[in-house]
Parts: sequence; C-alpha cells; structure tokens
Amino acid sequence: MTTLSLEAPLREVSAPPQMEIVYAPPAALADVPMHYCPGCSHGAIHRLIAEVVDELAIRERTLCVAPVGCAVFAYKYFNFDSCEAAHGRAPAMATGLKRVLPDRIIFTYQGDGDLASIGANEILHASLRGEPISVIFVNNAVYGMTGGQMAPTTLVGMKTTSSPLGRDPLTQGRPIHITEMLATIPGVAYAVRRSMHSAAEIRKTKKAIRLAFQAQLQGLGLSIVEVLAACPTNWRLTPIEALDFIRDRMLPEYPIGDFKVDERLREKG
Amino acid sequence: MARALWKGNEALAEAAIRAGVDAFFGYPITPQTELLEYMARRMPELGRVFLQAESEIAAINMVYGAACAGARAMTSSSSPGISLMQEGLSYIACSEAPCVVVDIMRGGPGLGNIQPSQADYFQLTRSAGHGDFHPLVLAPATLQEAVDLMYASFDLAFKYRTIVIIAGDGALGQMMEPVEMPPMRPPAPDRPDWAVFGAKGRPPRAITSLYLDAEELEQVNQRLQAKLKVIAANEQRWECHLTEDAEYLVVAFGTVARIAKSAVRAARAAGVRAGLFRPISLWPYPSEALSKLIGQMRGVLVVEMNAGQMLEDVRMAVCGRTPLRFLGRMGGVIPMPDEIAAEIVHMARTHQRGNGHGAQRLLQFKE
Amino acid sequence: MTQGAVLIRSDRCKGCGLCIQACPQQVLAFAETFNARGYRPVQLDERERFCTGCGVCAIVCPDVVFTVYRQPLRRAERR
Repeated sequence: MTTLSLEAPLREVSAPPQMEIVYAPPAALADVPMHYCPGCSHGAIHRLIAEVVDELAIRERTLCVAPVGCAVFAYKYFNFDSCEAAHGRAPAMATGLKRVLPDRIIFTYQGDGDLASIGANEILHASLRGEPISVIFVNNAVYGMTGGQMAPTTLVGMKTTSSPLGRDPLTQGRPIHITEMLATIPGVAYAVRRSMHSAAEIRKTKKAIRLAFQAQLQGLGLSIVEVLAACPTNWRLTPIEALDFIRDRMLPEYPIGDFKVDERLREKG
Repeated sequence: MARALWKGNEALAEAAIRAGVDAFFGYPITPQTELLEYMARRMPELGRVFLQAESEIAAINMVYGAACAGARAMTSSSSPGISLMQEGLSYIACSEAPCVVVDIMRGGPGLGNIQPSQADYFQLTRSAGHGDFHPLVLAPATLQEAVDLMYASFDLAFKYRTIVIIAGDGALGQMMEPVEMPPMRPPAPDRPDWAVFGAKGRPPRAITSLYLDAEELEQVNQRLQAKLKVIAANEQRWECHLTEDAEYLVVAFGTVARIAKSAVRAARAAGVRAGLFRPISLWPYPSEALSKLIGQMRGVLVVEMNAGQMLEDVRMAVCGRTPLRFLGRMGGVIPMPDEIAAEIVHMARTHQRGNGHGAQRLLQFKE
Repeated sequence: MTQGAVLIRSDRCKGCGLCIQACPQQVLAFAETFNARGYRPVQLDERERFCTGCGVCAIVCPDVVFTVYRQPLRRAERR
C-alpha cells in the first residue's frame, strides 16, 4: 500500500486550450456538493433529470416534490422550485400542485420505501386518476436513510438490518413489482424500469426520464420510471461491487423493460 | 343580500367559495360529507379545483401541495379524518403554508358515532400534530357565524401564513338556519412571493419542513412562536351574554353555548343571576376576557360535549378564585337546557349554604 | 483518434472509483493524496493523452465531477 502524503498538492487540471466542451454539469443542477454516499446512484439520477430539464428547456416551469428518504435533500440539488412531501405522500402533494398549476411540469422523486411501502396507496390513486405528473422511482432494495432496513423491493434472501437472516418470503413476502402493477392502469401513459449499473444503462435511463417528462408535456397521464440504483453503504459492498449486485442479483428479479408506452408518446425533436 | 335557509355543511362550502377558495380536497365522512358534495357540484362550475382524495391523509397532502403554490386550499372532515390529517397539518404548520380545515366533530373516541361532539378540543387546540404549533381555531355557534368565520378564514390564513380550523360539530353541520351569504370575492390576483410555481426570472425556492441543523430548526420554531404570539394578541374572539350583572357564569362554546343561553334565561327566571361567556376562538383562547369576569362571579359552570377539555383553559383563567363546576355529556349526547339550568340553580343554592369559595367541586359527568 | 481531456473538480470527488473502472481508455486513477473531505479524488494519470473525450466518466459519475473536452475536428473533417 503506497503511503499517502498529505502535503502533495492535488493535480489541478486547468481547462485545456482550444478544446470544445462536450459535457458540462447541467444548468438545472445546483452547483453544490451532494450528501450521498460514495457510489450511490442518487447523485447521477439527479444529474440525468437536470440534463433532461435543460434539454426540454422547462427549467422555469418545473417543480420537484422531494421525498423522505436518502433523497430528502433533493430539493437542494435542483435549480428549480421544489417542495418536500411527507414520507410516501409525494404523489398526493404533486396532485395538489398540478391541479392548481396545470401548465407546470411536476415530478416526484421517490425511493422504494417511500413509494412502494408507506406511499403505495398514493401512487396507486395518482395512477388511477391518470394524474399528469412524472414519477422518478429509485429502487435500491433497502431503506437507505435509516440505515438499510428491508423494503418492499428487498430481494428474497437478502440480508438487511430488519431482515438479518435474509428476507423470508413466508413471513416477509416477496419483492413488489409496483411498476408492472401500475402499467395495467389506463391512467398510466408510461411505465418502465431502467438501471444505473453501467454507462450504457445510464444512457437508457436518461432517455426514459426524458420520455416520462415528454408524456407529461403531452398530457398523456402519469409517467413513472423505476431506476435500479446502487446503495453501497447499506449493501456493505464497494461501489463497483454494488453495480455487479444490480446486474447479477437485482436484474433477475427486476428485469429492465417497458411495461407501458402510450402509442401517442413521441420523442420531441 | 336576502337571507336564505341553508344546511350547515353547504353554507360552509358556499362561504368558502365566496371567500375565493381555489382548491378543495376532501374525503367522505359523516357528518361532514354534504360539504364535499356541495363542492363537487359548485367548484367545477367556477373552473376551480375539486378532488375527492383516496384518504384524508392524501387530502391534507394535496392541500399542502396546492398551498405551497400559493393557492387558497382547503379540506373538510370529521374527528377520525382529522386524526389522519395530523402529520400533514404538522408539515404545513412548519412550512407556514396557509390553508383552511373544517372539522365537523362527531362522537368518539374510535369509530364512535355520527352524533355531534366537542371532544376534538384538545386535538385542535393542543396537539393538531407533532411539534410546537397551533392552528387558529374558530368555533361558530350559528350558521351565520360559521359563514362569516369561513369567509374571513382564508384572509387570516394568508395574513399569518397559518392553518385556520373551523371547528363545528354534527349538529351545526346538519342543521338548517337562515343565512345571509357574503358577496363573491374575486380570486386572489397574484401568487404570494414565498410560493413555489416555477422559478421564472427569480432564484428557485424550496418549501420544506426539514432542518437537520438543531440551531436552524430552533430559529424556525422561534419564528413560529413569535407569530403565534401575534395571533394570540390579535385574534381572540368571544361573546358575553347577560354577564354585566351575572353572579354565576356558564362557559360554553359552539352548539352547547346556544343551549346554555336558554339555560341562563331559565336560571334567571328561577331567580339566579346567570350569564354566559362564549369563546369563539378556541385557540387563541380568550383568557383575559374570561379572567376579567371571574372577580364578580360566585361560581362558574363549564358545559361541554366531552369529558372536560375546554375546562382546563377555564380553570387556568379562574385560577381558583371561585368555585368551578363541570357538566359534560359524551358519546354524542347533547345536554338539554333544563339540565344546564338545574346545574346553575344547584350551584347557586349550594353556594348560599356556604359551600364556600375555595371548594372547587368538579361534577365530572351527569350521573 | 480525437484528442480529449477532462476537468476534474477534485473537491467534489468521493473516491467511489466508478469512473476509473468505466473509462474505456483507462486514463483515470486515484490521486496520491486526499481532498478536503478526506477522499482520494480521481485524476488523469500518465496515460492522459489517450483520453478521447468520450464522456463515459461524466456519465457514470454520481457527483458531477467531470467537465469533458474534445479537440474540435479540423475544418476539412467537419464537412
């Protein structure tokens, strides 16, 4: 192990001369450090949303409803208006916002405990109403903020602080497939699952987030993108191992796919 | 404007509409549901938002969302539903989003029944949710007063950025009385400068009730407490009835206060100089006004449709200076005028027999 | 091969290493020292010139540390 010297200055790379910027942090993302753990996917998902908001040029009329969970500080990380819902209630709060601000773009950002456990009734009825809001549903199989408890999306046999012997389907049920469930509801225009476990998958996730916002812009009904995300800290894995965990353990239970795509949904030019 | 016969729940709904309510989110629960039904008919007619939510929990969070956008938002429910709304009310209070809530109280605890009750008094005035906050709680005794208070409620909510609760009961909600409706007020011109509705031409805003830093949250609390002091100083409301020469004071609010007026009349006919003190604001409680009357009184009788909740506020105001008695009916039973009158007369008679000043006899319930 | 480069905000890096693994040209490595938050930030290593500005690092980075540059194509190649 090389000994790390604390004195050596960090190699600052100044902007290379006469080169074109091909990628820079999106304007809709606040220029502040984020509190997420190293390797957590939340930060990257926030960035994708901000990129989509920039590309659709809707920053000035987009509102985020932040959840209770690891993303409880999401409202600090976006350069647009936001508010914070009680745990699980974001779809209801978003409904209230959308009903009085019908021409604004409202999206909720929710974790799996928030959306599929305490908030299952809210997301169900927002979908039944076809509420024209977008839902970014981050599935990392545990309750992150509170230290890694079992969530409705915890895999069978998966150890968490509240399923220490591994989730037992006989007493703790099986992982919920809420996005597939919601896809059966007429009011839902777009319901897909994506993942963050590789650059290629992240690109697809961004495209799905863009289509979700597009569905809202076209007023087609509720759009939801479930995003499989890494939680290195609570999975007790390194960030790299966490991506493997998604690929090897989560994908078999939670296959990536499109469960509902309204045929009227078109990719804006 | 001519007076017309209105049903309580519908009068409250129309008054809210005339006050300019933008959005109503509710859920069916007796004895309040006609308010929701009325809104279901009228709000769409006016191009305003009406939505029956999937639960009271969802309803209050929809109100929270609409309120964050600066809209005049309200919900209405009854005791069990108000219990479900408590978390939402706490979030709303912390983020100072203004809104109006109607509670048409019913028999409890538990599923209870649909008869009138006043047993939500503590819930509304002491703990409408976790944390230190108090909604402004107004308790009408007549339908006209209910309409007038509702008509003023949104201005109060926005003036103080607070929750205003109109506390009625099953009797008020269901009965009919002649009412003069106030004129239709135009919708609010522009959005308040604290609201979130899209960061166009200004920095983004966030409305949250999350403050992980203890000092910061204490400052938020200090700001809330300072606001409550201002509300307490300015929004105390009460009515004194025949108290100028009274020696025995009945203290009651809402439906029970109306009944107590008959009892006061009956007691006076029986030679007992009785009067009534009727709080209209349950929070802030009109303690000074009540306290001023105590000096001249030989006894105070508190009458409520619960086990003795406002009783505690009265006890604080009386401060042991005169005998304090309590008559409580529960389960949705409404006390009758003769019951209350008998209690006043009994108090006067026992006083004459020298039952004395200091003895603070609490007649817990009607045997 | 287009020539690229990246600007790294070392203070924001949490040393998760996702970019190092993902970089197709393997031009990124942990620095020898710590940033103010106690993480070993990523930096371009001696293979720096092989960077093509593909932006994969920026795609996988959870903390928006990268700004990616590319040498503009000479006018002839642009047509």
